[in-house]
Amino acid sequence: MVRSKSISDHVIDIISYIVVTIMAVSCILPILNTVAISFSDKSAAQAGIVNFWPVDFTLSSYQELLRDDLFFTSFRNSVIRVIVGGLINLVLTVLMAYPLSKSKRYFPQRNMYMWFLVFTMLFNGGLIPTYILINNLHMLDTIWALVLPGAVPVFNVIILMNFFKNLPDELDEAARIDGANPWIIMIRIFIPLAVPSIATVTLFSIVNHWNAFFDGIIYINSSSKIPLQTYIQQLVVEIRDTSMLTPEEILRISEVSSRTFNAAKVFVTMVPVLIVYPFLQKYFVTGLVMGSVKG
Amino acid sequence: MTAVNKKNKPKRQGFTFEVLSYHIMLLPGMILLIIFSIIPLFGLLIAFEEYVPAKGILGSKWVGLENFSYMFLIPDTIQVIKNTIIIAVAKIIAGIFIPVIFALLLNEVRNRFYKRLIQTVVYMPYFLSWVILGSVFSTMLSLDGIINNFIQAIGIEPIMFLGSNTWFRPVIVITDVWKNFGYGAIVYLAALTSVDANLYEAAAIDGASRFKQLLHITLPALVPTIVLMTTLSLGNVLNAGFDQIFNLYNPLVYETGDIIDTYVYRMGLVDLQFSLGTAVGLMKSVVSFGLITISYFLANRFAGYKIF
Repeated sequence: MVRSKSISDHVIDIISYIVVTIMAVSCILPILNTVAISFSDKSAAQAGIVNFWPVDFTLSSYQELLRDDLFFTSFRNSVIRVIVGGLINLVLTVLMAYPLSKSKRYFPQRNMYMWFLVFTMLFNGGLIPTYILINNLHMLDTIWALVLPGAVPVFNVIILMNFFKNLPDELDEAARIDGANPWIIMIRIFIPLAVPSIATVTLFSIVNHWNAFFDGIIYINSSSKIPLQTYIQQLVVEIRDTSMLTPEEILRISEVSSRTFNAAKVFVTMVPVLIVYPFLQKYFVTGLVMGSVKG
Repeated sequence: MTAVNKKNKPKRQGFTFEVLSYHIMLLPGMILLIIFSIIPLFGLLIAFEEYVPAKGILGSKWVGLENFSYMFLIPDTIQVIKNTIIIAVAKIIAGIFIPVIFALLLNEVRNRFYKRLIQTVVYMPYFLSWVILGSVFSTMLSLDGIINNFIQAIGIEPIMFLGSNTWFRPVIVITDVWKNFGYGAIVYLAALTSVDANLYEAAAIDGASRFKQLLHITLPALVPTIVLMTTLSLGNVLNAGFDQIFNLYNPLVYETGDIIDTYVYRMGLVDLQFSLGTAVGLMKSVVSFGLITISYFLANRFAGYKIF
């Protein structure tokens, strides 16, 4: 069926293309601004004349960055945290999601566990009691304070559980009749089928570990152990709160800090997420839609 | 795969190896959850004590509800609660409105490749941390930043956005929407994929313009999702976004920008008033818990939403 478009139809077309394009461009510009500053000359950046293209292109802030030991130490700390924390999250998510995906018929206590999980998601001790606990466990200033409190990502467990649930029951029953035990069924049948969903939740927990900064602030004291985002956070706050510093400190900061140098650090911190993002994007929409299908 | 007859299903008896296996699979996670989510609940006792770390939770002096009554005597507390609710509610409204508009307009974009490109770009900010974005925005919004350059170019005096009590809240809401609108649109876009294409065709035959179709087919298709998302967001009325505020605020804007979570952090872990901080935090948790329970009840009742 061919209909000639009316003027109002064209108006709708034009408006939608223009508005969504503006919205999408607005998502890139702040990042572009940071990248442009990081490649610009110091004086141009301090004068605030850099927009979306480097002024007096230079790699000097990146050369400076290569000499910044603390940046690389915290970068390494973050990588270790992502690997250790991501692995713990992955194993626990699968181990919890699989049994919870079984119906009450096969696993009578399932709902009891589910209510427990939902409770922990909705109600917790909060900042100070958790801090006191970590302190009493002697985990302050260790990586365990960063990876163990969030070891069970309950939301991810529920997403993966819903995925397992949507796989046909017959898979389980057929294997059961062939004499396979629950562990074999989980490892040989269900996990291979759930790879896309497992990848989604794992990428989510990797990004979360990479982006976490607050636990680094409160639980880690030695500067050699802080994760990268905490390092960047302290750097930025230091510069903004100059009002609270002594004149000597302000002097020190103005000597060592510069807008271009910080922009370079911020951009390098962003890069791992930008690299993972295409993989993440491939899966997370389906992952979310699957997670929202309640059975 | 062979179809299994229902009658052939093995009979369930009390406690089998299978059920035992399921319990064992859950065990490591449950232990960690009990340690890190349940044990801290006992730590909430310090909200009713005059907690001194050296004496421990059990050894500190019990003061009953004193911390709670004292909390409301501090003028800051009331201001902080007010700030939290204003910022959170503004974020909830904008955070539903903008993604819906975006989803509606993106749905009108017919070119598939362009649509995917736009989606890829707008989902991205969601995955960047507030530390990074805090740094990006403080640079952009500073007196010699890019935003003030444009403002000056059109002849307006530069504005100190992050140091002004007039501008801080709008900046918080706008940057929050900027970060999350793409991701928030996913649920609406998913709802739109299930709209029957025949409806549009029938409407076109009846002479409805694209605008009329948008108004009478696409928008009504989103209403259930909008209602559901609004209901569920009720639980966030006391969540104004710690990470964001923490990375953008400074003492100049405590008056309008300090929220419960940042207040608890400064009171508890910076000024070391553990009991008072915990009392404020507990009050927030209890109210939030109530709100979430109500919102789930409503969502379940009116939209058939189930948690699990």
